[in-house]
Amino acid sequence: MRWLSQPASATQVTHGSRLWLYALAALVLAFLTLPTLIVVPMSFSGSQYLEFPPRQWSLRWYQSYLGSASWMQATRTSFAAGGLTMLLSTPLALMAAYGLNALRGRWAAIIYAALLTPIIVPVILVGIAVFYAYVRLKLVNSLMGIVLVHSILAIPVALIVIASALKSYDMNQELVARSLGAHRLKAFLLITLPQIRFAVITAAVLSFLTSFDEVVVALFVSGGDNSTLTRNMFNALRDQIDPTIATISTIMIVVSSLLLAVAQLFGRPKKQ
Amino acid sequence: MYVGGKARDMTVGALNAADLRRDARQEHWTMLGLTVPALLLVTVTMLVPIVWLFSLSFLADDGAFSLEHYRRMLEQPSYGRNFIVTFEISLLTTAIAIAVGYPLAYVLAQLPPRAANLCLIAVLLPFWTSLLVRTYAWLVLLQRQGLINKWGIAQGWWSEPLALVHNFSGTLIGTVHIMLPFLILPVYGTMKSIDGSLMNAAANLGASPVRAFWSIYFPLSLPGLAAGALIVFILSLGFYVTPAVLGGGKVTMVSNRIANDIEIFFNWGAASALGVVLLTLTLVIVYAAARLLGLSRIAGAGHAP
Amino acid sequence: MAQSASLPIAVRELTKAYGAVHALDHVDLDVKSGEFLTLLGPSGSGKTTLLMVLAGFVRPDSGSIRFGTQEVVRLAPHKRDLGMVFQNYALFPHMNVAANIAFPLKLRGIVSREIARRVEEALELVQLGGYGERHIDQLSGGQRQRVALARAIVFEPRIVLMDEPLSALDKQLREAMQLELRRLHERLGTTTIYVTHDQREALTMSDRIAVINHGKVMQLDTPRRIYDRPANPFVAEFIGESAFLGVEVAAGVCRFAGRVLDVRNMPAVEGRCQLMLRPERLRILDQNEPTAANVLDGTVANVVFQGDTLLLLVRLADGSAISVRSPSNEAAASTVPGVGGPIRLGLGSGDAIVLPIDGG
Repeated sequence: MRWLSQPASATQVTHGSRLWLYALAALVLAFLTLPTLIVVPMSFSGSQYLEFPPRQWSLRWYQSYLGSASWMQATRTSFAAGGLTMLLSTPLALMAAYGLNALRGRWAAIIYAALLTPIIVPVILVGIAVFYAYVRLKLVNSLMGIVLVHSILAIPVALIVIASALKSYDMNQELVARSLGAHRLKAFLLITLPQIRFAVITAAVLSFLTSFDEVVVALFVSGGDNSTLTRNMFNALRDQIDPTIATISTIMIVVSSLLLAVAQLFGRPKKQ
Repeated sequence: MYVGGKARDMTVGALNAADLRRDARQEHWTMLGLTVPALLLVTVTMLVPIVWLFSLSFLADDGAFSLEHYRRMLEQPSYGRNFIVTFEISLLTTAIAIAVGYPLAYVLAQLPPRAANLCLIAVLLPFWTSLLVRTYAWLVLLQRQGLINKWGIAQGWWSEPLALVHNFSGTLIGTVHIMLPFLILPVYGTMKSIDGSLMNAAANLGASPVRAFWSIYFPLSLPGLAAGALIVFILSLGFYVTPAVLGGGKVTMVSNRIANDIEIFFNWGAASALGVVLLTLTLVIVYAAARLLGLSRIAGAGHAP
Repeated sequence: MAQSASLPIAVRELTKAYGAVHALDHVDLDVKSGEFLTLLGPSGSGKTTLLMVLAGFVRPDSGSIRFGTQEVVRLAPHKRDLGMVFQNYALFPHMNVAANIAFPLKLRGIVSREIARRVEEALELVQLGGYGERHIDQLSGGQRQRVALARAIVFEPRIVLMDEPLSALDKQLREAMQLELRRLHERLGTTTIYVTHDQREALTMSDRIAVINHGKVMQLDTPRRIYDRPANPFVAEFIGESAFLGVEVAAGVCRFAGRVLDVRNMPAVEGRCQLMLRPERLRILDQNEPTAANVLDGTVANVVFQGDTLLLLVRLADGSAISVRSPSNEAAASTVPGVGGPIRLGLGSGDAIVLPIDGG
């Protein structure tokens, strides 16, 4: 236990006297992570009621999920919406980030703020306003409608990630590439893009997750054949609480974790 | 010897100036053009509908211009209660998030890189797990037969199951859980950028650890703390899912009221008026904070000139 | 590598203003084909801006730039066919050494076999033969700089621009690289524009130096002439050590503290002027030594031992102070007067110039 008497910082306060701090930090960390995790074992519960820990282990709720046409349709919708949102928002955010990085001025700041408004405006307002517009445009319950509105929620996130990477990127490299004979677009594609790859992949993953996890807007805008997983889940929570929801939650946790792991793995710059 | 000259011949005074200006403008417009697709999408999909929606708040049922929705908001006490609950939740969430989040961020900032990365993943994973999943998890945990009650009774801390959910406290636990990462990340970011040698200097000059912390470290961490607190507060104002699921109908924040007004009463005018007030409030707070703190800190990747 | 024809550069009336500040103020400059020209100046002088404008990365407000007979001021950077070396090398980290150097060749559609040959040739030229497979982060600072150089010349550009490429290296390496760059230039004969704030570097490497301040060219001349005959006080102070003494000029005769000084190449000035001299050109004379040089009498105010030399602070007849160095060997040290003692300093007639009080 010598570690307890070692100095923990420049001010020579020891680890021992800060034990309370470490305990508190550990508690908070547990508070953050554990609740999400208890859902997972619950989905393998054999009983009909929510219980933790499960008394019997079984896959019945997974079977019920896979066998349910409505849940499967909702899953397809959520993945489709997520994928399309990712494909729409990432390039748009990338272009905007590059343009803003080159502009640098009062206009750049204004446009940047304008592109961030979707996350500043309370999401309920986005939901009902877009619902109101979609009713008139007959876009309610359509996949395209969902993708459009999810994209505007994803663009600010992707923009912040990519813009931050561009800010710390050494633009001299693009300049050198241009001096060596590459026009601006080529220099960007050959030199800059490979080096901000991590940020772009992260932005793409986060765009997907923004759509996949989104609840409020989906409540209003999705439905019928194109109802998302989250919308069905929310309604199920209100009506009856069955462990199928735990199953879906587990699946969503797995999807998020996998995607974030992918972003970490494939985004990192190659080292020989 | 050659000495640098001034414009001797006025006819060559502005050589190529007009063409160069044109080139500069062209490049400027091209760069601006890159931002247009995103701007177009945001404007058409969000701004136009919202303006459209807000116009409804000024229309009576017959379509004539009227302020009756706003008048009703001021007259009926239930609207006031909604706002009070909203502010209560937001303020308490922010306060609790600061109280538990700041120490965690501090410990994280002191950890060696590998441990810090691991813990950051632990913070980011819930962040990117659906809010609905996390709210549901709390629903399960806080129920009368939920894990917390079972454990508390088994440990002998209380004998009757506590009503931890379907009420204000349950909602608060949920909102704090959701908002914590929003506070931890900016604070952590700022703390990492604090120059370690400053604390060395403080110790060297004779400050006790506690004194050094409060006089040097804490003030330097304030920008991150302020940014995080602001984000948490503003996002809390707009909460919908968590009070709906964990509040059991007893916690009606402004967002819930707006949804109810539409889903149950089909009262677009009232909902819209409420929305106008909520958005105005949000924007005022953001603007005031932006002036005080600097907009770049809120966005995190500032392009402020 | 075959020596390709190099191009002269003609800059006219180049102006760039940022608000009220003129980064470039109607700059005129002529660079000879194959010349090594250094742009020398303090930070903020506009030298880097000038380089960036030549490269096409900064658009000037007005002016003309000709590479040979071609007007290029409006030409996009990737069409200017320049080789460029940046201060931080800007090597592409996601490519290895060979790929970095091959980059400009690939852009020009050269076949792979030819590319491989020319890449290896370029590496040999910078003494990094065989380093092609190495990755950028395996290289030292000096090696990276040489790769950056190889990349900038492999496609035989007719003009090369360098923006303080050696400032990130330590002193010994920097001095070795200065000679290597000079040798390379002599081998290739490419018109080179070199930016630095280090006057010693400029004096070592350049055919001509353009001293720049406040966006204007203060003097454009060979290193020798800039050092011996600075055109104005700024140049005099920026290059080498200098000392200024107040003198009176009347009818072509220069007087210091009443005594006449023989100064070669007197300019046509009158009244109060400045005499600029390089302190290292002063000789300490014996009290009775006959000499053709100008004599300045003074008293020793202080003597400081600085290892390889002694620094003497001398107070002259008119009260102004000047510092002189003496070798610290036994013989020299014994002839140096002590503090408070009288001292005679000799100044050759060609070792000083007269400048007007203001100007530059």
